[in-house]
Amino acid sequence: MSQATICEQKDLIANSGICAMVEGQQIALFYLPKETPQVYAIGNWDPIGKANVLSRGMVGDINERLVVASPLYKQHFDLQTGECLEDGEFSVPVYSVELTAGQVLLAL
Amino acid sequence: MLNVVVVGNGMVGHHYVEQLVASSVQAKITVIGGETRPAYDRVHLSEYFAGRTPEELALTTREHYVEIGVDAHFGDPVVQINRDNKTVITETGRSFAYDKLVLATGSYPFVPPVPGNDQDPCVVYRTIDDLGNIKAQADGAKVGVVVGGGLLGLEAANAVQNLGLETHVVEFAPGLMGVQLDAGGSGMLRRKIEALGVKVHTSKATEVIEASDDGDARLLMKFADGGSLATDMIVFSAGIRPYDQLARDCGLVVGERGGIDIDYHCKTSDSDIFAIGECALFGGRIFGLVAPGYRMAEAAVSQLGNQPQSFQGADMSTKLKLLGVDVGSIGDAHGREEGAIAYTFSDERIEVYKRLIVSADGKKLLGAVLVGDCSDYDTLLQYFLNGIDLPADPETLILPYNVGDAPTLGAAALPATATICSCHNVTKGDIVDALDAGFYALGDIKSETKASTGCGGCAALLKNIVDDEMSARGLEVDKSICEHFAYTRQELFHLIKVGSIKTFDELLEKHGKGRGCDICKPAVGSILASLWNDYVLDEKHVGLQDTNDTFLANMQKNGTYSVVPRVAGGEITPDKLIVLGEVAKKYNLYTKITGGQRIDLFGARVQHLPAIWKELVEAGFETGHAYGKALRTVKSCVGSTWCRYGVQDSVAMALYIENRYKGLRAPHKFKSAVSGCTRECAEAQSKDFGVIATENGWNLFVGGNGGMKPRHGELFATDLDDETLIKYIDRFLMFYVRTADRLQRTSVWMSNLEGGLEYLQQVVIEDSLGIAAELDAQMDNIVGTYQCEWKTTIENPERMKRFQQFVNADAEDDQIVFVQERGQPRPATEEERLQLLEESA
Repeated sequence: MSQATICEQKDLIANSGICAMVEGQQIALFYLPKETPQVYAIGNWDPIGKANVLSRGMVGDINERLVVASPLYKQHFDLQTGECLEDGEFSVPVYSVELTAGQVLLAL
Repeated sequence: MLNVVVVGNGMVGHHYVEQLVASSVQAKITVIGGETRPAYDRVHLSEYFAGRTPEELALTTREHYVEIGVDAHFGDPVVQINRDNKTVITETGRSFAYDKLVLATGSYPFVPPVPGNDQDPCVVYRTIDDLGNIKAQADGAKVGVVVGGGLLGLEAANAVQNLGLETHVVEFAPGLMGVQLDAGGSGMLRRKIEALGVKVHTSKATEVIEASDDGDARLLMKFADGGSLATDMIVFSAGIRPYDQLARDCGLVVGERGGIDIDYHCKTSDSDIFAIGECALFGGRIFGLVAPGYRMAEAAVSQLGNQPQSFQGADMSTKLKLLGVDVGSIGDAHGREEGAIAYTFSDERIEVYKRLIVSADGKKLLGAVLVGDCSDYDTLLQYFLNGIDLPADPETLILPYNVGDAPTLGAAALPATATICSCHNVTKGDIVDALDAGFYALGDIKSETKASTGCGGCAALLKNIVDDEMSARGLEVDKSICEHFAYTRQELFHLIKVGSIKTFDELLEKHGKGRGCDICKPAVGSILASLWNDYVLDEKHVGLQDTNDTFLANMQKNGTYSVVPRVAGGEITPDKLIVLGEVAKKYNLYTKITGGQRIDLFGARVQHLPAIWKELVEAGFETGHAYGKALRTVKSCVGSTWCRYGVQDSVAMALYIENRYKGLRAPHKFKSAVSGCTRECAEAQSKDFGVIATENGWNLFVGGNGGMKPRHGELFATDLDDETLIKYIDRFLMFYVRTADRLQRTSVWMSNLEGGLEYLQQVVIEDSLGIAAELDAQMDNIVGTYQCEWKTTIENPERMKRFQQFVNADAEDDQIVFVQERGQPRPATEEERLQLLEESA
């Protein structure tokens, strides 16, 4: 497993998402300063809305699971498992990500 | 196909047509109306003088009849019925054949046979044309007399008073409204309307009406008791007589004192001819109210189908406001039944009179009279109609009570057949059915059953039944906005305001739990914006906004955005039009004109948004807030500046309104429109608030809506000057922002508002809650702190970092694919996209 720096901590937006391109894949990065860990990475492709939009969704929690809501049709995806809460048939990939010395490191 | 001819197009005749069209009966329908206009609301005729136009009183239009396939003719009354060859002949000689004929000819005002009653200033009160006459005669007049102290007479008195005349009521009988009220109730009514400046003369028989020769008044009425009264105008409104001449001429059976005799099926003595409404005589009675007429129409329609229903007579209980005084009469108001016991409560200080008529055994309600306070009417009517056993001390039903222990009739006591809404004939069973079908919100139940959407008099009872049924089912309506806050939006608004809370985190810490979600965050973001009006993309608020608010544009299905610059009032210069075209070409955007008179630019990639705005802002455009729960557009017609018919400058007013409220955050989007005259080209009545020009100013409508559940706005206030108009809109909007639920449009908010329009008028116009100054100040603050979010965003490099496709690469999203159609780009379908991607790979 290779780990690469994809951006700096200051590029992140607190309690919201941004998008990175890593080896041809779009990855949604969420920065939740009050949580442990503070950074989460999932695929940016919304498998229900069929568009690259999840980094632009709202984050929150549903029954204590950290989630992002798709901005298209509002389904919720678990930031830690990638599972779609409304429809178990759908899920998005989850990536290992960490914040070290002001750098955001992602393993594909 | 069955050939049905309906003679007469009043309220009942129109209701018959509507019912027949809605039924399964296949019929060719011909309507022949004697008046020049299609059916209108005669019950609310006096509102004509309070500013309602004939168009607003209309129940239908010629165009609507064409649409539903009805052949309608107006202004050419039927003058003859030929029963032998089954045809009717009109005044101009046209002949119409029928299989079934329906007489809905209505009635005409009774004019007492007094010498001199045919002079010009002597008029009647029945049709819209009569109102025109009354208005013409009132011109230059100082004094107006209404002959008739009954229900219709007092309605007419209201009209005369609205015209600004010194108003007199002359009644032959000893008291007012002798049919509906006992002597005590009648006396209290007199006291109340005299306090309103109407002069009442009872036990007066007019002997002659002379043209007056003294210069002051036009007429002199002389009475049998030797007295006299000088006046400029006389309105006869002393009861009605059925229009039954057509029936008499063709040999149908008519009553001794008039009225076309009908049976349980509303059939006349000729089984192919029906009679309904005020021209019909059933069981020796004429039913001079609209509800029984509607029931006749429904029974008559049902005779043509497979499930004939009978008309069984109708309850004549009535509740109404006469000259602003609440009056109610139920059943045997005079206590004529043998052994009947009466209970009376009278308070001359607050001018309230209530009387109950109870059966000899004290168990059943036989009748009631209410003057000055009708709050008990619904409960009493249910006791009466359903024969419910009275409590052991029936007087508690009308005695004053302390708030909190109001003796409302337990909803559980009502049988399923109990009529709750008599306007739309909705029973308790219908309401229970709606609940069974999963409609739990009051507003939904109203739109599902139509209950309480007529006069609204049953609103409290309806709520009572819904609450009772809900608790009987063990259901509690959980109004928590989401799992993070156990509060409604209105409660959150209050908490934020009172606690001066400025951020979501602070609110969550003090009043919530967890981290929040996509339900509560935008709702709180909107409340914070409504109260403090910070820049919505400020760091502490940015996580609260939906993607549309975050990116200040509307996300479309392929992840691109549409951009709508504000085009206030729909007015745009040629130069600005050119800029829009140039920007669209440069960024390959699809352009479409919106319903709100703006131009929508589709297909903008997120990383292009700042550049697009920069060009637009430089050309003088601002954000149109098409993404926000905020004011969208104020549509307008060109108004008096260009239009031959316009009476006010609707464009200038629309511009002013749009610029005043732009950026205001609300529970949902809201729209407005301004029409320059009553032709209403801007469709203001379908907007959250709409303004229609009159000769004297502006009429304000509120609570209209297009969309999924269209609703016409309700007339809120009339003939307002500019300043008052804006003041009322300020308060209306702020009160909505404060009290509505999340994502609740004004129309649903108003349907759910207990007390409805009237309550809203009290809050906004009369300041019944004492909050008007606060609402005004809040709006001034919002208006004073407006900023264009696009402009603020492009001026701030820190904010711009959101507007990149990838944080670590300068590339485009290759899954966004367009194809050309009709000379413009559109998103590729999934199939097209996959194919194009494959080809390019």
